[in-house]
Amino acid sequence: MPAEVVVLGGGVGGTLTANLLDKALGRNAHITVVDPTGMHDYQPGYLYVALGEAKGHWLTREERSLLRSRVDLAVEEAIRIHPDAGTVQLRNGGSLSWDYLVIATGARLVPDLIPGLAEGSFEFYSLGGAERLAQALRGFTGGSIKVGIAGIPYKCPPAPVEFTMMIDGYLRRRGLRDRSEVELLSPLNRAFTIESASKLIQPIMEQRGIGLTTFFNVESVDPAAHIVESLEGEKQEYDLLVLVPPHEGAEVIKASNLGDVSGWLPTDRTTLQVGGYDNIFALGDATDLPISKSGSTAHFEAPVIASRIASLVTGTAPTTNYGGRVMCFLETGDGKATSLRFDYEHPPVPPQPNRAWHVAKWLFNRLYWETVPQGRLPERAPFTTPKEVSP
Amino acid sequence: MATTEITRSIDARGMACPGPLMALIGAIRTGQVGDVYEVLSSDEGSKTDIPAWVAKAQHELLEVVPEDGFARFVIRKVR
Repeated sequence: MPAEVVVLGGGVGGTLTANLLDKALGRNAHITVVDPTGMHDYQPGYLYVALGEAKGHWLTREERSLLRSRVDLAVEEAIRIHPDAGTVQLRNGGSLSWDYLVIATGARLVPDLIPGLAEGSFEFYSLGGAERLAQALRGFTGGSIKVGIAGIPYKCPPAPVEFTMMIDGYLRRRGLRDRSEVELLSPLNRAFTIESASKLIQPIMEQRGIGLTTFFNVESVDPAAHIVESLEGEKQEYDLLVLVPPHEGAEVIKASNLGDVSGWLPTDRTTLQVGGYDNIFALGDATDLPISKSGSTAHFEAPVIASRIASLVTGTAPTTNYGGRVMCFLETGDGKATSLRFDYEHPPVPPQPNRAWHVAKWLFNRLYWETVPQGRLPERAPFTTPKEVSP
Repeated sequence: MATTEITRSIDARGMACPGPLMALIGAIRTGQVGDVYEVLSSDEGSKTDIPAWVAKAQHELLEVVPEDGFARFVIRKVR
């Protein structure tokens, strides 16, 4: 009898894990990916949509087209996980049994946690949000643009900083920069969560005239008065406000009482097992791990889970561990970018921004569909070698 | 010093910067005025980040106690 494996979520983590498991186990496993939409989104592209540099259509593909032929896809919403019974309940009334469960349900945006946020601000964390922001920017004729973060953790930590750098270039190209103010409202006492990256970024922001307000944790927005207020008691006026909405884990995690108060799954930092269960694994944005919520994280975690499940199915001791590897690009505008490569033990040492990393990011965006979900990215590609820069 | 009654204890040992501070901010966000929070952090950055944030947010830092391999911060929410 083949092992039954259910993968919840058809994003990068779920898709890659399913494909790698199928490659490793062949007919020894029956794998089902459960995804409520059956569509796979390339979320890093939203930033470019917001700035009018890309259209939405290249960011979405049918999940079926990305899965190996033997992997089943159920376009269904999982509403309850029963860990002890080894089943997952579906919205339509059916259920699936599993010997191994992989939870790759990602993060969801919860704008309602901040009063006034939905009415008073724009975001680029969803395709619809990015398209609305692009439209607002097309009509922008100058003024104050404030960019802030309304909850931690959030996906793709470099994105708000990248946005300030890229909006600076956008406004200059449109001849609006001298009539505009761009400011980052950071929840920390620096521009970016990682200190070494902040040291590189802050001088570039200063050079570009991008303002920085520190310790600004968004508490509320007054859409009528165009004022955003922080938990620290500070108020800022704006003409255009761009906020990263608060994030939480998927509803199915909360409904199953498997996560913490925000729905993040208690996940072992090396084995990626959930809550002490030997046969439940989590990856990507769904975990409570203190690392970036990003596709890159899921990309490096998926082979670990696939390898560990393959070992368990074939009766050998799992030996593959996750070491916290993450790799992100960070656009600094003007056609340049830098990269952040790090793991649990080694903070990133980002190189000076240059054209090569910008081109690498551009290439990665274009090659994504044919490489990442299928596990075809060559092992020695720059995207997969964070240890080479470890101090 | 009289022992202050702790409303909520946050064990952030092992969390890298800025995790302990963010855990405190998250707790204060949902707490009540007068609540007292204890944060245990083994991250060196917390020794500057937590007092700096508490000052900026106008809460009260009651204690910073060095322990074996970590520090204990006690904060009262005052507004």
